[in-house]
Amino acid sequence: MSAEEKFDAIIIGAGPAGAACAYVLAKAGKSVVLVERGASAGNKNVTGGRLYTYALELVEPGLYQEAPLERKVVREQIMMLGQNGAVTVDYADYGFGEEIPQSYSVLRAPFDEWFAARAEAQGAMMVPGILVEELIEADGKIVGIKAGDDEIYATVVIAADGVNSFIAQKAGLRGDITAHTVGVGAKEVIELPEQVIEDRFNLQGGEGAARVLIGCSDGVLGGGFLYTNKKSISLGVVLNPEDLAGQGKKIHDILQNLKMHPAVYPLIKDGMTIEYGAHLVPEVGYQAMPKKLYRDGLVLVGDAAGMVVNSGTILRGIDLAIVSGVAAARAVLKNDGESNIGPAYVAELENLALIPTMKLYANFHELLSNRRMMSVYPNMANDMMKTLFTVDGKLPERMDKAMLKVLKKHVTFGQLIADGWRGVKAI
Amino acid sequence: MTIKKLSPEELLGLNKFAVDEEEPHIVLDKTICAQCKEKPCLVVCPAVLYTLKDGEMNFDYAGCLECGACRVVCKNKGIVKWTYPRGTFGVAFRCG
Repeated sequence: MSAEEKFDAIIIGAGPAGAACAYVLAKAGKSVVLVERGASAGNKNVTGGRLYTYALELVEPGLYQEAPLERKVVREQIMMLGQNGAVTVDYADYGFGEEIPQSYSVLRAPFDEWFAARAEAQGAMMVPGILVEELIEADGKIVGIKAGDDEIYATVVIAADGVNSFIAQKAGLRGDITAHTVGVGAKEVIELPEQVIEDRFNLQGGEGAARVLIGCSDGVLGGGFLYTNKKSISLGVVLNPEDLAGQGKKIHDILQNLKMHPAVYPLIKDGMTIEYGAHLVPEVGYQAMPKKLYRDGLVLVGDAAGMVVNSGTILRGIDLAIVSGVAAARAVLKNDGESNIGPAYVAELENLALIPTMKLYANFHELLSNRRMMSVYPNMANDMMKTLFTVDGKLPERMDKAMLKVLKKHVTFGQLIADGWRGVKAI
Repeated sequence: MTIKKLSPEELLGLNKFAVDEEEPHIVLDKTICAQCKEKPCLVVCPAVLYTLKDGEMNFDYAGCLECGACRVVCKNKGIVKWTYPRGTFGVAFRCG
């Protein structure tokens, strides 16, 4: 193909960021190529995970109703695991399921395949099974891509190629990712009958639960997650790879031990694991995002741009990916000149509250890197509950003294004040 | 049909792979690995594809989940090549 026959946009990666971008551009009549290395979209993607529905509404109102989503989340749960038990905070809000539901659990293979097909239906050209190897540069601008012997040219290339973004590196927008900026995630998808899932998690038809697990990582920085899907449960851990290495603990063992934990096992028993997935997660948030999200002829979206928010209770990635894809598409639609697309993209990210949101949570990573959050506090919470609920016929201790004793067993007052202060500062 | 601890082999056996027999997407220089004291790849790889066999680094790219964890922790750059498999090859998640 010659440079004259160029497309309006080439999108590398048919994940949520790429598909959202392709959808909006194609719908507006732009010529779009969506290149995907998997045999079909979603083949290479793994999530915890859930999708916050507002993001799909940005692409097209009502689109979520057609999407292959799993369960609408109405129960938000935080589980702090101790040695033999767990303290679980269970917040049910049935309003989360009304009108436009707040979020759904999701499995990425069916979801991404559907989303890319929807973009295709709008007129985007989907090209699966192609690994993009190089960018084509001319006069300091990115003008196309190279895959094998094929060259494709476009006004703009959108790098939606995920956390390992080699494209962003090749474009010089970021260096090689380093171990402290990512978490390594491992997940099992465990099949169970719908009714069993609903009974175990106190759900009614179509409703779902999302659970953050703390204290399940054998002291390694990180945590776990559990999402109810229609006919399966996604159970996994996301751990700091440097800390795993430093402590010499295998991520595989930590996940296998978590399955057998007495407070987790009853939730998944009699289930059957049907898939084992792994993926890196951009963990640091705003501070680890590339300083510049574009150059002439190229913009970065989704995980490639490090767009993940982890507040400890809320984990957001897919929605931010979709928002950034929409922002990139809008920037392309607004501007004719290649040089204007990048700044317009950043302006859209501001308008759509993505960058302000990332900034708001910018200091949470430091808070969540506190080792005591991983083991000391979950154990302390369990010990306190044990003190509250143990009856053995002996004269109980005065409650205030007993609680103080538990506290002192786990932390010093200095640590408690320091952690509290850090927490307040981060918020 | 019950829940138990599964070995890496059992877990990988559940997945669908199209192994690219002609072109490995990850290549090690085992002489560098031999000098590496920490060997973080042994613990961070979710598929446990890095193992020690008679003290020597043993690795097979066939069950790779393509996460990139080994690449980011490899300090001494014993991993001399890390790319994604060629198009359509490698793992194909059905759930994801």
